[in-house]
This record gives sequence, C-alpha cells and structure tokens, in this order.
Amino acid sequence: MTPKFRHSPPFLALLIFMFAMPSEAHAAKISELVEVDLGDQFVRFFSLQDAAIRHILLGCLFMGINFGLLGSFVVVRRMALVGDTLSHAVLPGVAVGFLFTMSKEPWAILLGATMAGLLGAATVSWIQRSTRLKQDAALGMVLASFFAVGICLIKMIERIPSVNKSGLDHFFYGQAAALGRADLWMMGGTAVLSTIIVVLLYRPLLATSFDQVFARSIGLPERMLFHVLMLLLALAIVVALQAVGALMVSAMLITPATTAFLLTKRMHVMLCLATGLAIAAGMLGAFLSFVGEGLVSHALPTGPSMALCAGGFFLLAFLFSPHHGLVFRYRRHLSQTRQITVENTLKAIYRAMESDRFKEEGIAVRRLAGDARETFEETMTRLRLLVRDGLATFASTRGEVIYLTPEGLQHASRVVRNHRLWELYLTNEADYDADHVHADAEKVEHILGEDQVMELERYLDYPEQDPHGKRIPSLRDTQRLPLRDLAVKEEEVEP
Amino acid sequence: MNHLIPPFDAYRVFVEPWTINLSQTLLMTSIALIVALSAALIGNYLVLRRMSMLGDAISHSALPGIVIAFLVSGSRDSFALTIGALVAGIVTTVLIEFIHRRSIVKVDAAIGIVFSMLFALGVLLIELVPHTDLDPDCVLFGQLEWLGVHASSDPMKALFASSQFQLLFGVFILTAALNLTFFKELLVSSFDPLLAGAQGFRPTFIHYAMMCMLSLVVVSAFEAVGAILVIAMLILPAATAYLLTNRLRTMITLSITHAVISTIGGIHLAVWLDCPASACMVIAGTFFFCIAWFIHTRPSRQVDDTQETESLTNSAESELAPH
Repeated sequence: MTPKFRHSPPFLALLIFMFAMPSEAHAAKISELVEVDLGDQFVRFFSLQDAAIRHILLGCLFMGINFGLLGSFVVVRRMALVGDTLSHAVLPGVAVGFLFTMSKEPWAILLGATMAGLLGAATVSWIQRSTRLKQDAALGMVLASFFAVGICLIKMIERIPSVNKSGLDHFFYGQAAALGRADLWMMGGTAVLSTIIVVLLYRPLLATSFDQVFARSIGLPERMLFHVLMLLLALAIVVALQAVGALMVSAMLITPATTAFLLTKRMHVMLCLATGLAIAAGMLGAFLSFVGEGLVSHALPTGPSMALCAGGFFLLAFLFSPHHGLVFRYRRHLSQTRQITVENTLKAIYRAMESDRFKEEGIAVRRLAGDARETFEETMTRLRLLVRDGLATFASTRGEVIYLTPEGLQHASRVVRNHRLWELYLTNEADYDADHVHADAEKVEHILGEDQVMELERYLDYPEQDPHGKRIPSLRDTQRLPLRDLAVKEEEVEP
Repeated sequence: MNHLIPPFDAYRVFVEPWTINLSQTLLMTSIALIVALSAALIGNYLVLRRMSMLGDAISHSALPGIVIAFLVSGSRDSFALTIGALVAGIVTTVLIEFIHRRSIVKVDAAIGIVFSMLFALGVLLIELVPHTDLDPDCVLFGQLEWLGVHASSDPMKALFASSQFQLLFGVFILTAALNLTFFKELLVSSFDPLLAGAQGFRPTFIHYAMMCMLSLVVVSAFEAVGAILVIAMLILPAATAYLLTNRLRTMITLSITHAVISTIGGIHLAVWLDCPASACMVIAGTFFFCIAWFIHTRPSRQVDDTQETESLTNSAESELAPH
C-alpha cells in the first residue's frame, strides 16, 4: 500500500468537511425560512439557466487559464508580488482610457490599463537595473505612485459634469455578475493568447525562469521574454479586473500557482495543476457567493470568495501535500527522530557488551543509564521503544536487565559498523584527527545506505579496526550473529 | 481634457492654497506631517531589510482585524479598532514567517497569499455581518481631510484634543524614541544579522519588535492616508535617501527631509487641484524620488553599483529578516 493511498481518506474527509461545513452552518442558522431560496439557488446555479451564471463560469475558465499559466511563472521567478503591483498600477490607465472616450468603452480601458501595467512593470525593472534598490522597494513604489496618480485622475473625472462614470468603482471589487459579452471575448482572447505563447515559448521561458545565467549563455533574449511575460500578465490582470477586482487579482494569480508549487516538482505539471486549481477556485467561489446571496439577501462580492477558495486549496496543500505538507513532514520527522533514538540506544547496548567482550548477554539498565548520564526512567523509555520493535527483551530477575534479540544485535552491529567505517574514512581520507571524527560519524551513521557502506568498505580495503582501535563489525556480523562468534572475534583482535 | 486641470494662474497656484482656509490646511498638514515622519523613520529599516512589501501586507490585512474589533466591541471607537488592526498586523507577520519557514514557499509568495486572504476575509465579513457600516473604501483610501478637526476658533487646541491626533502623535514619539534608543541595535541587525546575533542583540526579537512597531505605524496611519498609500509613505523617503547616501544616519536625516517636503508639496498640490491629500503627497514624494533617481543614475555615479544591476527576477533573494 503506498503512503499516498493510505493518507487519502482523512484528506478527502477534510476536503469534504471544509466545504460542506459553511453551508451546513448557515442552513442551521437561518432555519427553514430561506431554505427554499437556498435550494432554488442551487438549482439555478447548476441548471445554468441564467446567462449571468454561464458568463461567470466562462469567465472563471478563461481567468483560470490565464492566471494558472502566468502565475506559475511569476511564482517560480520569485516575483509573486508583481501581480499586486500591476493590478494597482493599471488604475491611471483605466482613468486615461476613460478620459479618451469619455465613456466606459471596454477596449479603450483595456488599452489604457494594459499600457499602464506595462509601464509599471518596465519601471520596476528599470529601477532595479539602474539603482541599488531591491525588488521589494521598486514594487512598492511603483504600486503606490501609479495608484496615487490614478486616484487623482479618477477624482478629477468625477468632477466632470455630464459623464456617466458609474462602474469605475468596480475596479476595486469587481462585479462578476456584470460580465458582458465584450468582457468575455477579451478574456477568452487573452486566454488563447497566453496559452499559445506559453506553449510556443515554453522552453525559453523555463530556462529564463530557473537559470538566468544558463539562459543568457545560450543567447536567449532574456529581457524580451521577461517583457512578453509582463505584457501577458498585464493583459490578464486587466481583463480579470471586471471579474474579481483589483484587490483580489493578486490572490487569484499566485495562490493557485503556489499551491501547485507545493504539490509538484515539474514545471509542466505545475502549469496544469495551477490552471486546474485556479479554475476550480474561481467556479467554487462563484458558486459559494451565488448561494450565499440567498442567505444574506444581497450580492456577495465574488472576488473575495474566489480568493478564499483558492486560499482553502492552499491551506490543504500546505498541510497535506505528500512531499512538502506540514503534516507528513512532521510525521516523517517524528519517525526519523524515533529511528535515531532506537539506533543510538542499540549502539549504547552494543558498546556496553563490547566492553564486556561479549561475555555477558544481558546489560543492566542502571549501567546504561549511568553511561548515558540519564535517569533510570529516561533509559527505560528509550529501551521500551526497542522492545516494542522486537529488537530487545527485558528480564527483571536480577534487577532490570536488557537482552538484545538476534535482530537487535544485527541492527546494532550495522549501526556500529556505519559509525566506525565513517570514522576511519574521515581519518584516512579526509585528514581528520582521530579525536574529531566521532561527532560527524554520530550523524552520518543513521543515513548511510547499505550500498554506500559496502562501497566505503571496499574503498577502505575491508578494514578490521577503527581509528580508536575498536573492531569494525563485518558484513557477516550484521547478517547472522550468534553472540559467541563475536566474543571469539573480539579475542582475535585483542593483541 | 482641458477642464481637468484648472488654467494656470500664479496667484491661484502658489498663493491661494496657503491663504484661503489656512487653519484647515495647517491642521491637515500637521497631521500628515506626523504620519509621514513616523512612516519615514521606520521605512528606512524596511528598505534596508528588503521587506518593503510587508507594509503593504500589514495595511491590507488590518481590515479583518478592524471588522472583528468592531464586532467584539460594538463601537467605532478608534482605540478598539486600532487594537484590532494591530493584532491583525502581528498575526500577518507571524503567518508569513510561518509559511515561509515551514515550507518551500518563498517569502514573496507567502506575503502575497497571507495578506490577500486576510483582506478577502475582511471584505466578506463586512458583507456577511449585518449592520457593519464600516466602509472598506475608507480603510483603502483614508480621509485625511475628514480627520482634520473642523477648524474652530482655536484650531491648535482642537487639534490636540482630537483622539486621532493624540494616537498619531503618541506613535510618532514612540517611533522616534525607539529609533534613538536602539539605533545601534537596529543598524547592526539590519546590515549584518549574524554579527548582531553574535553580539547578543537577538535579531529575531528585534525583527518582531520592529514588526509590532510597523503594524502600529501602519494602522495609525491608514485612517489618514489609506491602506494602499501607506506603503508609499513608508518606502519613498527611505528609497530616495538610500540612493543618495551610504550612511544610515544621513539616510535617516534625508528621509525625514523628504517626508517633510513631500508632505508640504503634496498638501499644496491637493489644495490646488482639489484632490485627495494622501494621493497628492505620494505624487509629490514620487517627484522627489525621481529627482534623486536622476542624480543617482548620472554616468559618473554608475560605476559604484555595477554589482547591483541585476534584473528584476534575479534579485529576489529577499529574506525576511532574522537569519
């Protein structure tokens, strides 16, 4: 049974819990009064009878494609906050586009905003190239100064009489319900464009994102690729403003991509995953805000609920991702710590037996505790781990005495063998002093694999003794071990 | 487009802002100055530690803190709201640090995710909870004009009596005092955290203390200038100063100068064009930054920083301070 499979039921349960919970809670709170409404909302949503819902879902699809593809590159390039900056920096462009036509012509606003976004991105990289200010300061300054210009422009526009300026405030929160055909065409066009460009330029983009020195050395037009990426990003952000609003664009851009980043190591998988997650978060968010509308009887903002869904996905990945998830890493950490404790205890017993020249089979617990400078109870706790693993048994006829089982003895000699071979390697090959090698070997002994140990042994020409004159257990010792054999060998080594 | 900008008239442009309704303008200026100064002081360390965007993050994620404080206390008392926002700010820093340290997620992505999630939560809370007459717009854009206590017979007295001004002034005094007292610690831990650690300064502690201070500054400031423009108040003076000097003392002096002149210039602009004062302060600040940038990039100076001319993507090894 693979570990992945073993963990999936709690994972699924949590997933279901997370998303089932809120709706249940609401249902309980508002009782049967609006339950009809809620059911109606469900039916309306899934039957797709409203044009608005079809538009929102299509919008989520296009937005997900845009943000999944571009967000992945943004995240691996460590410029996640660029989305935040661009989404604010387009504001003066929106205002200028509006001024140009004196109406809410989508194409004019799109053009103005994209230009402003590009200008913002160019300014950021210009500041970085020409001064010693770092990315964070450049991003922050461009964000705030462009935004300030935008605010002033909009304030001025508002003073112009006889202009229908309604809708400029959708810029901040978005209004998914008002997505029109023109918006959808633009979103769709951008999605197609970014898909085509990412597919065509996949390799160059990959190279510039991960290894700039390499990319430069094979003559890729690095700066041009960067600006292509920024152009696509500015376009994608501008067309998404209507759906989610300036404040949530950044969330939708980087959250699914970061989630995908936690889940995979391969870029093309990450692109697909991020796209899928962005689409899913968008649709789920649209659904929740639509259903929620039946609860609080006024329109819920779609942008924040989409962003929070994306955040929910991120939280799940953060906790339960197979490689990087907190829970599994913590569990791995625990089991590693336990393994190390077990091996160190085995080694201590082995040493004690060795100093008796393997005459005695049992070792008194008090003696182990004394050697390790621990209390009796602490040693007992460690020894119980061994007993639980079947590596040792207790006998309490003459006080507490611990006996290693054959498996325990084999395991112990394996650890000691690793330790001493490594010590020898360090003194012979790495010119360490014999009294400096112990600490390093203490760490390495737990992670040396069987192959590495064999190689080490071959390399050191099958040594018998470690730098301190102790016998190194041989491969055969670690495989089959009647205790008296060890005792005999110990006799041979002693001069 | 002509009616956007009023026709040029020297008297109107240069004299009127400081003659008509002077007491109101002066009130606005003094509040803005206090805000700009505290922000500039702490901004220096933000820029040096490459965590400028944290100011943005904290100012956004204060929203849920404000809403929750409103729900708990049931009042729009600015003290309660400030506490809520402060707690939210600290939670943000801790969360960012946690995500950044406990996973492979880079610090920029961690900042982006944490603050946008908290902000989204705040917006949703406002919508979901009935009778919150909190206006997210006010949090976003601030209202410097409304803060100015209405000019009564004795404007200065009214100013000192307003709780908002007392808060801002307290924060300013605190920031300045901490800056003076712990100058050495801040200096060393900003430039060389390892050395700071070796000398027993505890960089982690300094980091979190600074984040608390930052939250306090941001939170107290954004009622005046708004969440989005706070970041400009933090970074612009420091960034301008950073271009002109290599010494922290000089940098702080320069950033204070920048804060003062861009505040006065901004208020002037705001009164002249009748635009939001905070936005105009940022525009003025940007203007002065551009001048510094121009001076900085003149050919004779460019030799010094060839090693800094990395492109956007390359220089993102920004670390959240404690190493």
